[in-house]
Amino acid sequence: MISFEHVFKRYPERGEALSDLSFEMQAGEMAFLTGHSGAGKSTLLRLIGLLERPSRGQVIVNGRNLAALPRRKIPYHRREVGMIFQDHRLLPDRSVFDNVALPLVVAGLGQREIGRRVRAALDQVGLLSRERATPVALSGGEQQRVGIARAVVGRPPLVLADEPTGNLDPDLSREIFGLFERFHQVGVTLLIATHDLSLVMSMPYRTLTLADGRLANDSGTC
Amino acid sequence: MPKPKTSKRTPHRRSGPRLLDMPGLWANRHLQSAVATLGRLMHTPLPTGMTIAVIGISLALPAALFVVTENLRTMAGGWDQAAAISLFLKQDVDDAGAARLAEQLRARPELAQVHLISREQALNEFRALGGFEDALSQLKSNPLPAVLALYPQAVSSAPERLQALHDELMTLPEADFARMDTLWLQRFQAILDLAQRAVLLLGGLLGLGVLLIVGNTIRLEILNRRIEIEIMELVGATGAFIRRPFLYAGAWYGLLGGLTAWFLVTIAVVLLQQPVSRLATLYRSEFPLTGLGPLAMLVILSGSMLFGLIGSWVAVNRHLRGAEPG
Ligand SMILES: Nc1ncnc2c1ncn2[C@@H]1O[C@H](COP(=O)(O)OP(=O)(O)OP(=O)(O)O)[C@@H](O)[C@H]1O
Ligand SMILES: [Mg+2]
Repeated sequence: MISFEHVFKRYPERGEALSDLSFEMQAGEMAFLTGHSGAGKSTLLRLIGLLERPSRGQVIVNGRNLAALPRRKIPYHRREVGMIFQDHRLLPDRSVFDNVALPLVVAGLGQREIGRRVRAALDQVGLLSRERATPVALSGGEQQRVGIARAVVGRPPLVLADEPTGNLDPDLSREIFGLFERFHQVGVTLLIATHDLSLVMSMPYRTLTLADGRLANDSGTC
Repeated sequence: MPKPKTSKRTPHRRSGPRLLDMPGLWANRHLQSAVATLGRLMHTPLPTGMTIAVIGISLALPAALFVVTENLRTMAGGWDQAAAISLFLKQDVDDAGAARLAEQLRARPELAQVHLISREQALNEFRALGGFEDALSQLKSNPLPAVLALYPQAVSSAPERLQALHDELMTLPEADFARMDTLWLQRFQAILDLAQRAVLLLGGLLGLGVLLIVGNTIRLEILNRRIEIEIMELVGATGAFIRRPFLYAGAWYGLLGGLTAWFLVTIAVVLLQQPVSRLATLYRSEFPLTGLGPLAMLVILSGSMLFGLIGSWVAVNRHLRGAEPG
């Protein structure tokens, strides 16, 4: 599903954020991505979602070489990658429903289908009763769950999460990881960047560890 | 909830633009987008109304000038019936002599028509004008000369030819003097032509103004909605999808601005109708003021819409780059 081959990402101001990174993920796999702050976790996820392009090396997602993907095809690639952002990236002046519906609206789905799918996704994250609220009126955890609902509403085969439990209490974090496990059980490929090592350790999934832009450790299922 | 079955199938179904290639669906989406954009514009009535008012007033100016020149043209058209040359005969030429001369002139090929106004007829006409009743009754004899109204053939109505004819007529023994009536009319028509070209120029210039107004409005709107645009791009919006509402907004601004211009001019025409017809009565004529006809309206509306669309298109191309990975 995901394949990195000798990937480098260099920022002119900083130098190499990722260097010589190679790894693969199978379809349906669930993995964690950890590492110190500034290790390059967000950068790696951004390369997969094609928010950025690597300086060198190849990234292949879902059988598609991203380097060869023309600009006008980028939106269609992004529709197949559900992304959950560290800072939620919600529209503050739109309702929860509208926020979650955005990927479907953008993809041109019909009104009725959108309503059905958005409610199913909101039900998944336990926010069905808040669909009329705006994100401002929600707690941090609720906002994060809106972001998750938006990431999965289009039923993408691949979901990327950037510190989805960054500012949540342990109970809520566990709940959200439980949600990810459910997605995993129905065949979605998940890559989750997180600092929450204790939670990572408590779950039987592969963990990729970055240090200074290099792959320091790649634990299989342990 | 991503179910295993559907999660494998749906990406293919939605990934390409195939579904949207169906023309019915495509048109439907455009219609929806147009209506939705109008709804969003109406959501902020004050700024939207102000933009539309500025466009409307800008376009009302050339439209009003167009109405003025059109009306002057109709008016001048009525005067085309006037004789090109009025030949005033000497007082001692009697009606019979005048009729003879008229007969001679009718034989000339360059003249289409010769109309004799005898001294008696002239007097009656003068009486009918009113106000001179008393003065005329004081006179013992008719002071008015007979007049021959000469209508030249169209080919002979060029100013130089007319001038030559005029000079020749002056040498006739019966002629007191000849007056050229249409020279000023021709000058007037030339001025009208010029004015109408000026209207066109002004329209183009103010159309350019509309383009800039709409372009700037759309630019600000894009800046205001930058975060929204960015997020839409993150979840897979195509460039076309993001551009579309802005292009529609530009077209709406233009169209509604054009409608406002038409409305303003029509109001002005209605308000001026009465004073103009009173003025016309004073000149013993009738003159119904005409407003913007359907063709002019069509030109204004489609033109303003086009200018609005171009304005937004320029703004959109300058300020929306589409999904671009760094
Ligand atoms: N747009 C950018 N321009 C310049 N440098 C950048 C940019 N984005 C990231 N970096 C740098 O690249 C390095 C890796 O950043 P990244 O955000 O991937 O780290 P991270 O592992 O996600 O950290 P955190 O856990 O704090 O989120 C950092 O040193 C950061 O300063
Ligand atoms: Mg990060």
